[in-house]
Amino acid sequence: MKDSRRDFLKRAGTLGMGLTMGAEIVFAENLPADFPLLGLGQPDDPFKIIQKDQGLSILNDRPWNVETPPHLLDDKITPADKLFIRNNGLVPQDIKIDDWTLTIEGESAVTPKTFTLQQLKSSFKHYTYQLTIECGGNGRSEFNPPAKGNQWTTGAVGCPSWTGVRLRDVLDSVGIKNDAVYLGYYGKDTHLSGDPEKVVISRGVPLKKALDDQSLIAWAMNGEDIPLMNGYPLRLVFGGWPASTSGKWLSRIVIRNQVHDGPKMTGQSYRVPCEPVAPGTKVADEDMCIIESMPVKSLITYPKSGAVIKQRQSLDIRGHAWAGDQAVTAMQYSIDFGNTWHTCTLDPPVNPLAWQHWSARLSFPGKGYYEVWARATDSNGNKQPMIIPGWNPRGYLNNACHRIAVKVT
Amino acid sequence: MSDFSGEKIINSLRRLVNLLSTLLGLVLILGVSLIYLELYYDPQHFEVFAKNQDEESVTDLAESTAEIDLIKDGIHIPTGLIDDVNLDLVVSNCTACHSAKLITQNRSSREGWQSMIRWMQESQKLWDLGENEEAILDYLAKNYAPDQKGRRVPLTNIEWYELEP
Repeated sequence: MKDSRRDFLKRAGTLGMGLTMGAEIVFAENLPADFPLLGLGQPDDPFKIIQKDQGLSILNDRPWNVETPPHLLDDKITPADKLFIRNNGLVPQDIKIDDWTLTIEGESAVTPKTFTLQQLKSSFKHYTYQLTIECGGNGRSEFNPPAKGNQWTTGAVGCPSWTGVRLRDVLDSVGIKNDAVYLGYYGKDTHLSGDPEKVVISRGVPLKKALDDQSLIAWAMNGEDIPLMNGYPLRLVFGGWPASTSGKWLSRIVIRNQVHDGPKMTGQSYRVPCEPVAPGTKVADEDMCIIESMPVKSLITYPKSGAVIKQRQSLDIRGHAWAGDQAVTAMQYSIDFGNTWHTCTLDPPVNPLAWQHWSARLSFPGKGYYEVWARATDSNGNKQPMIIPGWNPRGYLNNACHRIAVKVT
Repeated sequence: MSDFSGEKIINSLRRLVNLLSTLLGLVLILGVSLIYLELYYDPQHFEVFAKNQDEESVTDLAESTAEIDLIKDGIHIPTGLIDDVNLDLVVSNCTACHSAKLITQNRSSREGWQSMIRWMQESQKLWDLGENEEAILDYLAKNYAPDQKGRRVPLTNIEWYELEP
């Protein structure tokens, strides 16, 4: 009896896998991504569910939080299967693209309007920009004392190419009242508790940021539908700001006459102490300020950490650098823990708020263990710190230098 | 005349009800005694009875319990949590809404873990843990305490590989 049941389970498991894999193309968009076919056993490969490269690291699977190791971010334009996932709730299911609507309303909207996706696409001019999005908590794992939340290392960042309409054009068609100061979003994801009435996350940006040329309501990423895990079929994209401002599965935008107060706008979420505090300090909510533009930062995306090279062999290194609303103006590397810094070649961004590529050819003075450290400087003169920057209760904004290990033999 | 007949019918009904009540009472007493005797003289009878009824589901339950409880190298395989006292409470209370990975990747003091519980209760619909809270905090504070790592840790887990020129 036991054996036959095992056999049944094995068969059911295979069937489950078959369903998952077979359905990948036909039903990919409808696949209940957070619910791995209950009763048929867990599919062996979570990467099939989330449709990401096997090399990504799964920090959390309910909700999905998945980051990209630096060497897999080597592409100049981040491909869909290598873009990190930072979800707060459960991905919406049974998305019907023809029924999807976006409503613009709020106390500071002159004439609230609802658009179907088709109306949105046909009513406004299309724009495509490469925009860097980075989770506010990227780098959290290095803070001491530790900060609660997903323990991101360096991989909650990416810079795909986004296509959509300017948020400004859509807001203008609705009409913005003179008292408008902020904008908030609502999406179709479901709260972890399963309560359909509970809003998972509803953040936003000041009106000034919303009206930027590069602030998009996007339906495409790298020329294709946005991946389900990253906000299909519609999302906001605010380059250079905490990615949590770029609402996914977007269904509603509210124009506010006050700072938006949706879930994860208030309290300690996506906020840092208004004045610097000593590590471990308890900070009252009223002394926490909302994170806006992200700090200057860079990654070494080639080679992968751990390269062993021969003596007198030169080493080509490269990567990307970004700086929130600013541009990166200089890029340097060090192989002696910051005693000396050397200049890298730095490309301008393809458009504002896109990451910039840098490269260098370096050589080592002799055999041994080395670390290659990279440091970017932004247009305001800010440089990445070598140690972990200011401690904050939730562990945001760690822009410390990235480094890789190299051995010369 | 009609009043007299009505009274007669009611009386007959009363007698019938009384008779039925007595009979029912007797059956009940007999039944309870029988069950008592059965249990007293053959304590396995009840189990055998259950087995006949639910043999398959009991087997199923035992097997799936084994899968749910699988511990390897001190780790609870289905969740990745460290095996220790009160693991069951942590699994049942902390993984209903979110993945256990949210616990295993975090480190905090007892106060820190408690503040996370409070935050989840205030904003994420976590229920009152009652007397289990202390036990859960014991488990978390012991098994997921912070490491002292300073302002920058050495690079670890480096996978060395030959890089061709």
